[in-house]
Amino acid sequence: MSEVATPVSGEIKFNIQVSDELTQNVKPLLHEIKHALESLIENGDTSIIDLRSIPLAPGEEDRILDTLGKGEVQAKLESLGLSEIIETQYAGVWVVTHYNDDGNIISRFIEVTTMPSILSSQTEDVMAAYSSLTLDLDENQETI
Amino acid sequence: MSEIEFLNWVRGPGFQIAVIIFIAGVIIRFAEILLLGRKTNLAEAKGSEMGGGMRTIVTRSVPDKSTLKRSAFTIVAGYIFHIGLFVTIFLFAPHILLFKDLIGFGWPSVPTPVVDAMAVVSIIALLAILVHRMRDNVLRFITTKEDYVVWLLTILPLITGYMAFHRIGMTAPTLLAIHILTVELLLVVFPFTKLMHAFTLVFARWYNGAISGYRGVES
Amino acid sequence: MTDRINNKDKSPADLVQLEKSRLDKTLGETLRSQGISRRSFLKFCAATASMMAMSPAMIPKIAHALENARRPSVIWLSFQECTGCTESLTRAHASTVESLIFDSISLDYHHTLQAAAGHAAEEAREIAMEENYGKYLLVVDGSIPMDNPGYSTIAGISNYDMLMDTAKGAAAIIAVGTCATYGGIPHADPNPTGAVSVGDLIKDKPIINVPGCPPIPVVITGVLTHFLTFGSIPELDHIGRPKVFYGQSIHDRCYRRPFYDKGLFAETFDDEGAKKGWCLYKLGCKGPTTYNACATAKWNDGTSFPIEAGHPCIGCSEPDFWDGGGFYKALSMPTANITETAIYTAAGAAAAGVALGAMNRSKKNSAAAAHSDTTIDDLEK
Repeated sequence: MSEVATPVSGEIKFNIQVSDELTQNVKPLLHEIKHALESLIENGDTSIIDLRSIPLAPGEEDRILDTLGKGEVQAKLESLGLSEIIETQYAGVWVVTHYNDDGNIISRFIEVTTMPSILSSQTEDVMAAYSSLTLDLDENQETI
Repeated sequence: MSEIEFLNWVRGPGFQIAVIIFIAGVIIRFAEILLLGRKTNLAEAKGSEMGGGMRTIVTRSVPDKSTLKRSAFTIVAGYIFHIGLFVTIFLFAPHILLFKDLIGFGWPSVPTPVVDAMAVVSIIALLAILVHRMRDNVLRFITTKEDYVVWLLTILPLITGYMAFHRIGMTAPTLLAIHILTVELLLVVFPFTKLMHAFTLVFARWYNGAISGYRGVES
Repeated sequence: MTDRINNKDKSPADLVQLEKSRLDKTLGETLRSQGISRRSFLKFCAATASMMAMSPAMIPKIAHALENARRPSVIWLSFQECTGCTESLTRAHASTVESLIFDSISLDYHHTLQAAAGHAAEEAREIAMEENYGKYLLVVDGSIPMDNPGYSTIAGISNYDMLMDTAKGAAAIIAVGTCATYGGIPHADPNPTGAVSVGDLIKDKPIINVPGCPPIPVVITGVLTHFLTFGSIPELDHIGRPKVFYGQSIHDRCYRRPFYDKGLFAETFDDEGAKKGWCLYKLGCKGPTTYNACATAKWNDGTSFPIEAGHPCIGCSEPDFWDGGGFYKALSMPTANITETAIYTAAGAAAAGVALGAMNRSKKNSAAAAHSDTTIDDLEK
């Protein structure tokens, strides 16, 4: 057993010890990310890991996120609640977290890719944007 | 019957029936054996029955050299699966819980991987014993149908227990229910077959030792 | 989700018209007309894939299928139940996503949620059945009393009659909660109402069992979404449960499993083992025989699940979980009082043994008495 989870002020913490002994899923997951990076470099294959599909003990998800850390890019997406798209300190490894309107996490993925697909503008949206900009320009010829 | 109903039955009425037959059978057989009494020995005692008897209970656990040489395989494999049975039955945490529920106290368990390994070793030993028995002309000749049934009922709880623990082949409730059912079968036939040796060996050894003790010779 | 239910003032004919216009649209069209961007939709699909325990590689497929899905009509019948299943569903945590799913179905009858009551409500059900005959989805929670129909009726109709009548035109049936799937608590020994499950009564329709007391909200919505996305029922296990959610036991997915393997158990609820988060097997955990998604999907915004909160699993998604001999009795313990049985048996057997022993003895003695001495003369004969 390593150290007991340090209590955060104002937050109730149970005396459940956080360590590798809880589940053995932290290390294999980090290795899986390593292999995903390898296949991204070699074949350009992208991969997505759904963090909700893996049994994790209290604190283990945080440990994974702590290990990955934060890198250069941190994007926020406002659609149907907030989404955070963060590149970790390991370039090519992204943590994508979707929240709902109440600020609760609805899903969290680790994406190994050069660019998470949700960040790029979607063709349908671009088309809609084109027509609405066209419409705006036609309607407001004097003001613009 | 759904699998959970099946599980509930073997954990409830099924187990109750098995325990009733087992306990009643063992006690009645004991009463019969002990109450039959023995002929009075008219010869003069040259030593103590008790001393020789008690000593033999212990000493017979160690095979003498010539026997060991003659049937090394039977003895070694026999010891292995008996120790394996002891560990799997009495030192596995869920089983200890069962005993605690029955008699009110428990004892420390050994780690699950140890029990797991012992179960595998016991299964292998029992299989080897069967093969040996069928290949040896003399052993095959003296083996009765009952012996094969007893062998099967002994190995079944080990195999089904191993399967239930590792969830092989079927859903967990079914596997667990089958495991408990095989144990119940073992309990039911126990008093009426050679399985009774688990209890009677103590008395048999005592008698052997006592006879020698009475005569003042070493058994 | 509640347009028919809220539109009390409109005539049924108007409602049908309204319904038709909505039914003709695909989900993609409906969402776009509400100004929901494709990116938001992708986010929704990602959450859906996660919720349905599907591989993230399925996200584009789900997106494609959902964009082209049409709104199905849903009729929800509640029989002998406690409304816990509905409570669970309406508190599904991914509120935004759920509302999208509910926007994409037409919940035409749910007597707890709808404003209409009595004959007006029943009329809504009948219209929905007529309009969507053979296509609507029937959701049932609660078991059906077969003893006296008077134990549970809705608008004077017995549960049995309503189920059989409504099931006729259903494309598929989703049985929600352990009562509807396996009889649940009303079916618990001695089953005073003669409660049976939906599957006991209906044999000619596809039935998806979504057990749990209550089921995990995302599992209910996940099954609805699967039907909506693929227009088919998911792969089911041997007792009708979708394998994606009920494919693995709680024990196999439990984060406390390593403690079980090491033989480290909490013995009581407040000992050192309990505080250290050790395995709850000895406290009666039914995780090893229970198949559900609690250990990964979790409850309350994915916060926790009973075992994580320190309580053993009670096995609520399995048939007859109520009759397993007690929630705090370990699985390896017998459910009956065996000590008592053993004592009575031992006493009885001892008496019988003594009697038999005495009989044998007298037999032996009489045999000995009947012995006569053999003389040389006898042998010479």
